[in-house]
Amino acid sequence: MNDNDALTLGDKTFDSRLLTGTGKFAAKSLIALMLEKSGSQMITVALRRVDPGSQEENILDFIPESVTLLPNTSGARTAKEAVRIARIARQAGCGKFIKIEVITDMQYLLPDNHETLKATEALAKEGFIVLPYYMPDITVTKQLHDAGAAAVMPLGAPIGTNRGLEMKPMIKIIIENSTLPVIVDAGIGRPSHAADAMEMGADAVLVNTAIATSCDPAMAGEAFSLAVKAGRMAYLARMADESLFARASSPLTGFLRE
Amino acid sequence: MNINLNGNATDTQCSTLMELVQEKGLDPAALVAVVNDEFIHREAWCSFEIKDEDAIELLSFVGGG
Repeated sequence: MNDNDALTLGDKTFDSRLLTGTGKFAAKSLIALMLEKSGSQMITVALRRVDPGSQEENILDFIPESVTLLPNTSGARTAKEAVRIARIARQAGCGKFIKIEVITDMQYLLPDNHETLKATEALAKEGFIVLPYYMPDITVTKQLHDAGAAAVMPLGAPIGTNRGLEMKPMIKIIIENSTLPVIVDAGIGRPSHAADAMEMGADAVLVNTAIATSCDPAMAGEAFSLAVKAGRMAYLARMADESLFARASSPLTGFLRE
Repeated sequence: MNINLNGNATDTQCSTLMELVQEKGLDPAALVAVVNDEFIHREAWCSFEIKDEDAIELLSFVGGG
């Protein structure tokens, strides 16, 4: 494989094409081990009001400094709320990366593309490296490009469902037409889903639930890392196409027959 | 004085942001503070005076996807 196959997002390059998340781990201590085993170099965090009655451990204490933080704007229902969260995260020292997540649908957690686009434009102007999470749509993809996104993050399936690439045909169209990196985010439930996305030509995947809620998050993280690498290598190796009819693997001449 | 803390109207006798954090039994190292939509750096909490009707957000980073 080409040693120079780094992923570029904004002004940073990453060797790993597996982005991960910090949600839903049974213990925060598992996060550091998962990062070590998976080699993931970018991880999401959320921002919430503290409950004085039950202050939790600081999630940032469990993320090595070598891993880039990707704060998300989860909780935002509008572009305005997303922008506010992003600014706070940046001022709190989380860096310039931001994952835009604007959701009002609480049943399927499907993102609001309209508000996501508005937030992308506003935050890109403020110098953020914007990774918008959105419902795969070719028109919105072009609009996100024009709005200054650093990559686009179409969903595979609703958050936390582990159902894989339900949006595969739409993601394929986006991959074929996007000039920005495409990171499939949400719904990826198995390493094979991640490999499938990478074989199609996705530039990276973001996996949280599948890793965090497995019985062994460190091993699951490593499995996803291998799947992402395998899928990427398959894409670069340009596998042969599918065929309706059989194409013999052994020669069709010189048979030993009576 | 009356303040709004994390969306709830509440009463406090604290005069600075750090006193408020300590009154609530919170660990400053894990907190982020915003007052009237303005981010307040931790180093300034000891001298930052709370006023009547201030809208204060005490936040922290948590796990999320």
